[in-house]
Amino acid sequence: MMDLKHWKLERDADGIAWATLDVAGAGTNTLGSAVLTELAAVLDRLEVQPPSGLVIRSGKAVGFIAGADIEEFTRIDSAAAARALVEKGWNLFERLAAVRYPTLALVRGHCMGGGLELALACRYRIVVDEPGTRLALPEVMLGIYPAWGGMARLPALIGPAAALDLMLTGKGVDAGKARRLGLADACVPARVMDNAARLTLLSGQPARRPPLLQRLLNGPLRGVVAAGARRQVAAKAPRQHYPAPWAIIDVWQHYGGNALAVPNGSPVSLGALFGSDTARNLIRVFFLQERLKGFGKGADFAPRRVHVVGAGVMGGDIAIECALRGMTVTLQDQSVERIAPVVARAAKRFERKFKGKPREVSFALDRIIADPHGHGVARADVIIEAIYENLEAKRALFVELEQRARPDAVLASNTSSLRIGDIATALREPARLTGIHFFNPVAVMPLVEVVRGALTDEVVFRQAAAFVRRLDKLPLPVKDAPGFLVNAVLGPYMYEALRCVDEGIAPATIDAALTAFGMPMGPIELIDTVGLDIAVAAGKALAGADATLPRGLAERVAAGQLGKKSGQGFYAWPGGKLSRPATGTPPAGLAGRIVAPLLAAAQSCVSDGVVEDEDLADAGIIFGTGFAPFTGGPFNHLRTTRRAG
Amino acid sequence: MKQPIYIIDGARSPFLKARNAPGPFAASDLATAAGSALLARQRFAPEQLDEVILGCASPSPDEVNIGRVVALRMGCGIKVPGWTVMRNCASGMQAIDSAIANILCGRSQLVLAGGVDALSRAPLLYSDAMVRWFAGWMQARGLGQKLAMAGRFRPGYLAPVIAIMKGLTDPIVGQLMGQTAENLAWSFGISREEMDAFAVESHRRVAAAHDAGHFSRELVPLIGRDGSVFAEDDGLRRDVSMAGLAKLKPFFDKKYGRVTPGNSSQITDGAAWLVLASAEAVERFGLEPRGRIVDSHWAGLEPERMGLGPVHAATPILQRQRLSLDDLDLLEINEAFAAQVIACQRAWTDADYCRTRLDLPGALGEVDPARLNVDGGAVALGHPVGASGARIVLHVLEALRRTGGKRGLASICIGGGLGGAMLVEAV
Repeated sequence: MMDLKHWKLERDADGIAWATLDVAGAGTNTLGSAVLTELAAVLDRLEVQPPSGLVIRSGKAVGFIAGADIEEFTRIDSAAAARALVEKGWNLFERLAAVRYPTLALVRGHCMGGGLELALACRYRIVVDEPGTRLALPEVMLGIYPAWGGMARLPALIGPAAALDLMLTGKGVDAGKARRLGLADACVPARVMDNAARLTLLSGQPARRPPLLQRLLNGPLRGVVAAGARRQVAAKAPRQHYPAPWAIIDVWQHYGGNALAVPNGSPVSLGALFGSDTARNLIRVFFLQERLKGFGKGADFAPRRVHVVGAGVMGGDIAIECALRGMTVTLQDQSVERIAPVVARAAKRFERKFKGKPREVSFALDRIIADPHGHGVARADVIIEAIYENLEAKRALFVELEQRARPDAVLASNTSSLRIGDIATALREPARLTGIHFFNPVAVMPLVEVVRGALTDEVVFRQAAAFVRRLDKLPLPVKDAPGFLVNAVLGPYMYEALRCVDEGIAPATIDAALTAFGMPMGPIELIDTVGLDIAVAAGKALAGADATLPRGLAERVAAGQLGKKSGQGFYAWPGGKLSRPATGTPPAGLAGRIVAPLLAAAQSCVSDGVVEDEDLADAGIIFGTGFAPFTGGPFNHLRTTRRAG
Repeated sequence: MKQPIYIIDGARSPFLKARNAPGPFAASDLATAAGSALLARQRFAPEQLDEVILGCASPSPDEVNIGRVVALRMGCGIKVPGWTVMRNCASGMQAIDSAIANILCGRSQLVLAGGVDALSRAPLLYSDAMVRWFAGWMQARGLGQKLAMAGRFRPGYLAPVIAIMKGLTDPIVGQLMGQTAENLAWSFGISREEMDAFAVESHRRVAAAHDAGHFSRELVPLIGRDGSVFAEDDGLRRDVSMAGLAKLKPFFDKKYGRVTPGNSSQITDGAAWLVLASAEAVERFGLEPRGRIVDSHWAGLEPERMGLGPVHAATPILQRQRLSLDDLDLLEINEAFAAQVIACQRAWTDADYCRTRLDLPGALGEVDPARLNVDGGAVALGHPVGASGARIVLHVLEALRRTGGKRGLASICIGGGLGGAMLVEAV
């Protein structure tokens, strides 16, 4: 009998077997090959002497199972290897689903991908009602599909509409939602979870079935649901760039959710999907993201009080994020009236975020304290300046902040166009200043550039990165250069698009070419959204005050057409909504022409050391600009196109 | 006091007049917002408080121990005890006195004490008859019993009991607070015109204090969830006049009485806080005291004459400290009713009253109107019951510091036949 390294198997007085997964040498549970092999051994043992029931649970302090071991995906080099990996999980979970004794997954904390597929193979699922409990099938975000039974079992359990929604978006549900969807049989507090598992197993109640309509939709009416799902996917993920969602619909509709049943050579086969550039690139993006997260681990820093100066769009939204993550924020501006709109914005955001939990909304709002006199400076762990972009104003402000701040407080500027070094020299200790550069809208943009100025103290930099992680954002270390990374590459890209406008190409045509390339939003629409005046200011900051502006931009700014905020920019924005004109056929190579300056700027950023290496540039540009993730980032894109060319 | 009790700082919310509907903030919202802003400007962290004591006369059913609720919401952390005290209209002053007691006995060094009430959110209650019927309905088993219970229902059961009217009725003598004020007007011969003139002056003084910025240090603006800013005490009426007040009808003794809504305090939502510290805490945190509380006293008298409570509570302090009324640079008598404040002044000049009720050899003397409620009072600001006692202690100190005075006394009448007073010195 094989020794169990990762699983612990015990039997209680009721004859219930408790299988506890505690993957050796890891902080979180993943379903690597060794873990699956051991699970098979666990089932072997139980076969010899069947228990009255089986509970599968986690032995980790945090989380049930984070999913398959993604590291193993990177080693898949052939269709056969992909098939072998899928077969192992599929067959094992089929076996688990077929055992005679009742089975139950006790889910506390995250339960992702393969972990959820394991839970789905059990007769019952009990979720623990805690904020950390989250269930998802996020395979689609890696360009693959949930092939260990998720595509078959999830639609059968909760109906195909809800199941496809989860699988096609990869988004997670919390414990309460899992119960409402029927994904979980019960949602219980941790204090009774063991008893709930025991009583459920011994209840003899049949496995949950969805209502008749859902069974019909998962049976004879599959075509209707599939057609609807395809329409939704078409709007967000073009098939040539993102084959996985399309494959999920096909495999569910035509192959009963069994990827192994798809013939080789089909565009939705295992080999095609796992071997696709998109999957390889998205898995690369996953690891880039993990690398960015790692930058937050350099300091044991848990800020509790944050002081933000400037209650504008950026300062206000930064304050809201901090309060959302449990920090107490003092928000300073010239008057309470200037701060009040932030409270209104915060109330909206918190009411959405904590839907059905009015107490949490109140508590989060309690953590935003209007502070027109700046009292909060004296006790803050982190002080962020987000006032208007004026060097002298910022220098003067930091002189005052430094005098009143605690000596160990992190001082940071959110400047996007000024150099941290130029501000820092105003301080008695310039090493105290770093840049923490958020992107607009703060709630949505995952990246935050953390500036390692020439003078910045390494500890301060690390604390800033750790602070960014506390906000669940991705810190990107950048050197103190104009525009840092993201704006430095976006500027030339947007200016090239503006030159195309000057040459007479319609803005809508330009934007259509770039969204077809894979950008989340075309460059002209982006300029309209951020504001033409901002684009001018950013351009001057990057290229110097004397740089000639693209004609179309200059004329519109002179005419007061500033984009969305003024109702008219390159597009008309009646009622704040874009009125999108018809698009013409883009000239050949238009997208390539406009992306080229971005690629060139990215290359000079790497050679100038703005970011450490090409991978970090790719990560920053994907998470900071939305640059087509399926390409794996601009450098990866360059390498791929060069290979192809 | 055996050792000094220092007032380090204080703040209050704007006092927001109840307008026949639940106001924009619950009591805990008011106390949390004002307290958080106050704590944000201290040299110590909220977690370093030894306790939080909050007076509240009518906490809502979901936050009965509102002191603890607010302490947690202000970020004081789980280890700082928070509790609630109740002495009707003086609940806020009781919170301060409880803090004093704990500092004096050595178990607290640094305390946040204050008061709050959101009277606009006082609930409507079911009548006892309705509750009894409902209990019967719940116990009824089967259709027959249910039908029988349904037959016993009377529409009159649905008439709500207004909790605030219950709270403002003395449970012993059965008189409304306004009727106790009518008692005083009758026995001291106070006319309707005198009361209205007092009210006009209260509004005038509050308006002048606002315009001069005299409240700016103690007043913390609140922000509503829709982004609206509440920066002023909104019960203040700058257009108030004798002619206008004369049009109002007596409210408590209908038709023939003298006490009207215009010469009474307003029903209002608000919160007020003070940071109190021992000498040891002042030393440890490097605090800069603004004043100290020298003495405090509570007194009882007939419930139907509760408006004279300030006289009964303040006089023993003056005797203990060997002070005359003239030694007080400023005096606050909380303006529950204009009649009641005027009655207090009359009682001190009434040799008979002073002899028989206050154990004084003769009349104590005149109160200088220029030193009494120098920046107006509850007739114009409103009287968020639990908050008022804390507000007047805070404000008398702030007013002393502004005017260069040394000694001030804050006193308050309390429903049920009590009075409370505190003697404060600027540092």
